[in-house]
Amino acid sequence: MAISVDAPEISRALCQKAGYTYTFLADPHADVIRRYDLVHTGAGINGQDIARPGEFLVDASGTVRWVNLTDNYWVRARPDQIIAVAKALR
Amino acid sequence: MQTHRFNWPIWAGFLLSWLALLSYFFVFVWFPVTRDVPWANFLLFGIAAAFVLIGVRRAFAPGRPRRAKIAGVALAPLSVALCGCFVFATLIMARHLPASQSAPQMGQKAPDFRLSDTHGTLVSLAEILASPVNGHAPKGVLLVFYRGAW
Repeated sequence: MAISVDAPEISRALCQKAGYTYTFLADPHADVIRRYDLVHTGAGINGQDIARPGEFLVDASGTVRWVNLTDNYWVRARPDQIIAVAKALR
Repeated sequence: MQTHRFNWPIWAGFLLSWLALLSYFFVFVWFPVTRDVPWANFLLFGIAAAFVLIGVRRAFAPGRPRRAKIAGVALAPLSVALCGCFVFATLIMARHLPASQSAPQMGQKAPDFRLSDTHGTLVSLAEILASPVNGHAPKGVLLVFYRGAW
């Protein structure tokens, strides 16, 4: 699932344009982003609070099994990395 | 009579500096091998710097006209500035991210939440983890927090 401060309509347009089929969730006031300590204060295009990049693999019991918090937003987790850790989930 | 040939190296260096800057954002960022460490762009900047140096030497060679010196004085600092912009954008600004020390860590429970999906339906983490996928209980879910689309 992808989570950002974008409104549902913006994510819907993005999914249609890019062909994404997974769930996109809207956190317009960054409440969940704040609970996960991922707020990047004032970094939005209009100075609003947005999420810094962060990926969490959560198992069926709700426990975090893998985390990736990049220190450079040009450098993100690669699909092959995520597939490898997801396969290790039982 | 001495002919003043066009000082092409300074212009080649200047244009190559633009290419080195822009190619990261439009080309090299799509490939992890050139994205994570922007070596291809630094290589291009290196080649550009060599051309600019040759161009500056030419511009200030004895007998060159005043406009050649002006081109050298103007284009060399601009090329350096383009390289500076690139270093700032990829190595300094891109690392201005909060530390997120209180983010959920491995082995901790992921805080539950309920948010609206693209159809306006409220979805919670607990519901996602409990709802079957293709007739099987899901093994887990990947949460991707991102900066937003623009």
